[in-house]
Amino acid sequence: MTHSSASQAPTALDVEAVRRDFPVLTRRIHGCPLVYLDSAASSQKPQAVIDAVQHHHTTSYANIHRGVYTLSEEVTLAYEQAHAKVSRFINADFEEVIFTKNTTESLNLVAYAWGLQNLQAGDEIVLTQLEHHSNIVPWQQVARYAGATVRYIRVNAQGKLDMEHAATLIGPRTKLVSVAHVSNVLGTVNPVAELARMAHAQGTLLCVDGAQSIPHMAVDIRALDCDFFAFSGHKMLGPTGIGGLFGKRAILEQMEPFLFGGDMIREVTFEGASWNDLPWKFEAGTSPIVQGIGLGVAVDYLQQLGMEAVHAYEQALVSYAFDQMRQVQDLEIYGPEADQRSGVVSFNLEGAHPHDMASILDQHGVAIRGGHHCAMPLMRVLGVNGANRASFYIYNTFDEVDLLIEAIGEARRILRR
Amino acid sequence: MSFNLYQEDILDHYENPYNRGTMDAPTLEFRDLNPLCGDEVCVQARLDEQEHLAEVCFDGKGCVISLASASMLMEEVEGKTLEEVKQMDRQTMLDLLGIPLTTMRVKCAMLALRTLEKAIHLYEGQKSETSVTH
Repeated sequence: MTHSSASQAPTALDVEAVRRDFPVLTRRIHGCPLVYLDSAASSQKPQAVIDAVQHHHTTSYANIHRGVYTLSEEVTLAYEQAHAKVSRFINADFEEVIFTKNTTESLNLVAYAWGLQNLQAGDEIVLTQLEHHSNIVPWQQVARYAGATVRYIRVNAQGKLDMEHAATLIGPRTKLVSVAHVSNVLGTVNPVAELARMAHAQGTLLCVDGAQSIPHMAVDIRALDCDFFAFSGHKMLGPTGIGGLFGKRAILEQMEPFLFGGDMIREVTFEGASWNDLPWKFEAGTSPIVQGIGLGVAVDYLQQLGMEAVHAYEQALVSYAFDQMRQVQDLEIYGPEADQRSGVVSFNLEGAHPHDMASILDQHGVAIRGGHHCAMPLMRVLGVNGANRASFYIYNTFDEVDLLIEAIGEARRILRR
Repeated sequence: MSFNLYQEDILDHYENPYNRGTMDAPTLEFRDLNPLCGDEVCVQARLDEQEHLAEVCFDGKGCVISLASASMLMEEVEGKTLEEVKQMDRQTMLDLLGIPLTTMRVKCAMLALRTLEKAIHLYEGQKSETSVTH
């Protein structure tokens, strides 16, 4: 499909063309075609990313920032270009984006390198009831060391944040607010820009867990005005072992590093050390070089599709899935309506334990996740031990939604005989 | 080809479990859980004078595999000695279930046996405590 440049309308996503780029989709599981509905845990990889990793391992590999020889210069350039691609992708400056291992490491970086330095006894950290463990546990730890308190914004019956409650929690003692952009269980898209305004009005920083947003929608950290933004490369078509952290330049400049060693220094003597420029100050030791380059290629792939097209396609899928799932008896869906959520749908079939549901679906080639989704506190709020979760991405189809529903019907037949 | 994880007999045990319930004044008791999924089981037993498991029961919540395994285990250990139970292992449970299991689901299958083993160890520990002080 082509559109006139004047209209600037996104070209609709061609899912069949996309699927041809993902070699894993030719696999059969228990004799059935693979229906991969667990991208929220990790995404599959397009050939371009696989090829880039392969290319660098076979032809263009060396350590970066050190060698004067050809290979090292090649790889250094490729790695720095990847950094540039990722920072442009979220409308940040080059110096403001650090490569890490994953979202969890990014959040730990903020907790230890910013938190320990800036939190004092009596300070408060405000999180929400729907956070992933990676955006809870580091704060609990750092709060213990500092003598600070952690408080949680309530989630309402629709799975959205209670913003009135948020307003009462974010106050003069709050030093940091940290929230998920998109809930990995409920699919709720949280009002991050509004939370940034509320936080800044109190002289507080806002940290955002963007693991579930950046793969699925355009992210502009200037528009959000968040102070930190953490994400995983492996959830956005990149390889495992790569993630990132955005931090506002002024904040990163003030922070002490997280990990210490080579590459993050300017100079080392027997007496001490001085730090390298941003972002290298926060990348100690040999970086995930090839993985970072792979992430750059993943960003290229997503840019070519266009994040508006990606988002529009997923909204159509989740809307269809919602309609179909609504018609399954005794199926409870958690979280907001289809048009107010990202492509994540958690549910329970009455009388069916999530593990049993997931096992039966696996027998039909359908991969979903069953369990607590690293959100045990949220499970308690929902009043369940666990839930099933289907999550959609650019390579899923409407036919696959039908297969999911069929398989759920089969599970129903077996488990509720 | 796919195999059927949810065989007739497994589903029978899940829906009509053997000795599901609680007992007063058990000789052995332990409650354990699988934190990954919230499956929880409590095993109780009464020993006779020869330290055989005269009466066993379990209660709890969980998936088909964990509850069916618990039920099958109750049937299997009734009348056995503590030593015989201690000999039982992963393969015992797999043989009882009669189907292959992935690593993840083996944890479900082992929950009741592990719980019973812990109950036995606790009981034996308490026994040697009292025999030392007397």
